[in-house]
Amino acid sequence: MGNNVLVIAEQRDGVLKKVTFEALGAGAQLAAALGGQVEAALLGNGLGNLPDILARYGAAKVYVADDPALARYSAEGYTNTLAAFLGKVEPAIVLVGATALGKDLAPRLAARLGVGLACDCTALEIADGRLVATRPIYAGKALARVKLNGDPQIATLRPNVLPVPEPATEARAVVEPVVAAAGNIRARVVDIIGAGEGEVDVAEANIIVSGGRGVGGPEGFAPIRSLARTLKAAVGASRAAVDAGWIEHSHQVGQTGKTVTPNLYIACGISGAIQHLAGMKTSKVIVAINKDPEAPIFKVANYGIVGDLFTVVPLLEKEFKALLSE
Amino acid sequence: MNSIVCLKEVPDTETRIEVRGGKIVEEGIQYVVNPYDEFALEEALRWQEAHGGKVTLISLGPERARESILKGLAMGADEVYHLSDPAFLGGDAYATAQALAAAIRKLGEYDVIFCGKQAVDDDNAAVGAMLAEMLDLPHVSVVTRLELAADGRSVRAEREIEGGREVVETPLPAVLTAQKGLNEPRYPSFKGIRQARSKPFTTWTPGDVGLDPGTVGAAGARLETIEILPPPERPAGRIVPGEPEEAAREVVRLLREEARVI
Repeated sequence: MGNNVLVIAEQRDGVLKKVTFEALGAGAQLAAALGGQVEAALLGNGLGNLPDILARYGAAKVYVADDPALARYSAEGYTNTLAAFLGKVEPAIVLVGATALGKDLAPRLAARLGVGLACDCTALEIADGRLVATRPIYAGKALARVKLNGDPQIATLRPNVLPVPEPATEARAVVEPVVAAAGNIRARVVDIIGAGEGEVDVAEANIIVSGGRGVGGPEGFAPIRSLARTLKAAVGASRAAVDAGWIEHSHQVGQTGKTVTPNLYIACGISGAIQHLAGMKTSKVIVAINKDPEAPIFKVANYGIVGDLFTVVPLLEKEFKALLSE
Repeated sequence: MNSIVCLKEVPDTETRIEVRGGKIVEEGIQYVVNPYDEFALEEALRWQEAHGGKVTLISLGPERARESILKGLAMGADEVYHLSDPAFLGGDAYATAQALAAAIRKLGEYDVIFCGKQAVDDDNAAVGAMLAEMLDLPHVSVVTRLELAADGRSVRAEREIEGGREVVETPLPAVLTAQKGLNEPRYPSFKGIRQARSKPFTTWTPGDVGLDPGTVGAAGARLETIEILPPPERPAGRIVPGEPEEAAREVVRLLREEARVI
């Protein structure tokens, strides 16, 4: 077993995900502690200059599997390809983003290799030559510090938590082509349906404007959507609003929705049920607007405004607009 | 159309989780069926209503989980296999998937395996895909929409991705993991609750599924928990006072000048 850390890069339509850079940054620190280097695996078709971008963010080497069979992600195609060359490369640690892709791929790959998996980690360190990962459990109501037996040690990394390393202005990747052993892919992606025009997904957003029971109905989301547009933010929702049918589940933040870590979370008309707080409490800054001064959301909010969201949210938007136009 | 549904008992999402001495305090926790497993079971029941066949539950967990499993039977599942031997406990996703795979191999005939997309306690979201790999089946995870082909031999599934959905086609048998939104799980009827206790309920040990007790549960886990910690407390915030106009202006100023996030 080597001392290197391998990051499985994630790209869709030729664009690398930010969490890939976060993983390269984390990987570089782990590799330094192990006396090795951070490398990347890049799978897809027609990958252009992506290896050089990975090199700028720290990848000492990029293993590239470029093949039409890998044009679209599939758990089986990726697992077959990765498993075929991981045996030769023997990284100590494999990292991938805890995204829709990473969460789908990593368990399949771990099972193929007969190893365990640390999922959705928020901190990674080396102790006695082994990976120690911190991961939220119970949607963040507790944290588990875990280690893995067996090699490689595979972890998925929660997006938006660790910093993106400062990229080098110029770097040429050391590319090592690998065989795209996609094999027999049974579950195939046949189409991708995008979300609404210009909508930002809550899982990836830097800013989230979220509505709860207090919005009162589907049309009550109008001022929230409007503020979100102004801030280029994602629209979030509490379980109460989703269960009432006012907004789609893909917007739900909390224990049966998404766990999010934006820079700014603006909670509008959300009381702050325990399962909602679990999903957004690690936001860097929280603003809460609620009519009820006793609402639990104010206990986690950096800044609270006691008032009617239908009055306050448009006023906030006006102020943000003035600020952003400066 | 014979379905297998994997079901786990978990703490209710409204339960407060308390950490003491590096562990979760178990007293006072209210347990329920993992919410995502209810979507999985509901889908299996709808397929049964439309196409016939049997719905079999498999659950790995302590004796305590019996009440939650009975809820699955009350919703309409036909039978249950409970991997309830103490040796099965304390495992990770890998050990759990391995035990479920062994049980499913023993059951033999099935057309589809439904799981919840993740259990809301350990939050791994890993067992479904691991199980598929161990059984050499395809899988589709985080499914929000599902259509069975007319010949009953493949499905078209939509799965949630960032900013959209992937449409995935796969032949059956396959492992499908259910996301909220796939359906609206039913409540058990009075008749269902009455019948649940007389439905076949089989308890299996590691030996019953051909596994050595020394390789399952905590002994078979690849992931070891060192300790459990409470999450860091957020520093106390403050209410920004004043008329709405004033408060809004002040909050935006604070976000720029103090928090520096805008």
